[in-house]
Amino acid sequence: MTGPGTASSGNAFVVDLEQFQGPLDLLLNLIRQEEIEIVDIPIAKITDQFLDAIQSLGLNQAADYLEMAALLLRIKIQMLLPRPLDDTDWEDPRAELVRRLLEYEQIKEVVVWIGARAEHRSDRFGRGWSPPEPELPPQPVTLDVDGLVKAVEEVIASIPQPVLHRVLVRPLDIEGARNRIDHLLGSGASTTFQEIVSETKTTAFIISVLLVLLEMARQGDVDLVQSQPFGTFEIIRESAG
Amino acid sequence: MNQLASLVEAALFSAPNPLSLNELKKLDRESSNQEFSGALEELKEHYSRVGSGVELVEIAEGFQIITRPEHADAILRAHIVQKPRKLSSAAMETLAIIAYRQPVGRAEIEEIRGVAADGVLRSLQEKGLVDPVERGEGLGRPMLYGTTSGFLELLGINAVGELPHLEELSIELTPPAPPRLADE
Repeated sequence: MTGPGTASSGNAFVVDLEQFQGPLDLLLNLIRQEEIEIVDIPIAKITDQFLDAIQSLGLNQAADYLEMAALLLRIKIQMLLPRPLDDTDWEDPRAELVRRLLEYEQIKEVVVWIGARAEHRSDRFGRGWSPPEPELPPQPVTLDVDGLVKAVEEVIASIPQPVLHRVLVRPLDIEGARNRIDHLLGSGASTTFQEIVSETKTTAFIISVLLVLLEMARQGDVDLVQSQPFGTFEIIRESAG
Repeated sequence: MNQLASLVEAALFSAPNPLSLNELKKLDRESSNQEFSGALEELKEHYSRVGSGVELVEIAEGFQIITRPEHADAILRAHIVQKPRKLSSAAMETLAIIAYRQPVGRAEIEEIRGVAADGVLRSLQEKGLVDPVERGEGLGRPMLYGTTSGFLELLGINAVGELPHLEELSIELTPPAPPRLADE
């Protein structure tokens, strides 16, 4: 194998790997330079040239090329293995690589056609047809401290004031309401809602009274009577029995 | 020019993309396919008769009014329009593979080109030249790609069938029978 130092001596050449689309492209190029048939690659020679060519390659792109290098070396070794002369089952170790190279060359031929068509088409302009805008990187932000402070203030000012509700615990006075109702009903057979809440007119007490009355009505202790809409609301004790 | 041809001309003039016959038919539900074809034919003849700088062509299964190629140089020199940027070799190779093998997955593209394809695929997709069309069988149900009408427009052809047939190429190779399990 030729060492890296001798890569540019003799009939070797300098390759610019940037110009290749990958290991197959490089390999095809080497084969073309040698003016040899793809189907009968002198694998040892091409392998050496390939390894020389990838010497200059940065490691970050090398994986694809190294894989190809490994494949070439394996084929080279397989070619060296002795085989019986009458072995008709022998498969050319290069066969798969040759198939891939031919396939790739076919694609390259199509690319030439596509390129020519696209070029031809791009000479004809349609109404409203325009190439998509190139994607520009966002402009770097230039800002002085005052501008930055102002921007921050604007952002802060635009934050809506959160609306807070103070939630007060106003416990219902079920016991007190019950006592009041019992007291009023104890002295007479009936009373009115207004009468019950006449002394303590807090919201909590009114709700408590309503809850107690509804509960008493549910249990059948009292009857709730309202003769007309929005009229007086009478509470009548159920006669026992 | 008859009324319908005039209407069709106006529609094609306003559209940024080729319009298919079905799209054109929305212009006038009363007119038949035949009448539309006649109108398109009349428009075509009109442009060549008056020596117009534009002509009516069939692209991507639609119709479009585009400039004649002989005016391209002058228009470009005057910076009236810009030529679209050429695709990179990587993009062209990937596009060629997809055009012939569609629907085709990333793995197959990478195998043919011998290099990773995800970046190129993404950029072709952003340019509207290829699109994922379905999910393939097999491990992970890979996304399969196909070419779009944008691809046909790029080449100014009417259908993928207008691409050179494989037997017309100097290297005749038909796609291998899928799926090959190992390369050894």
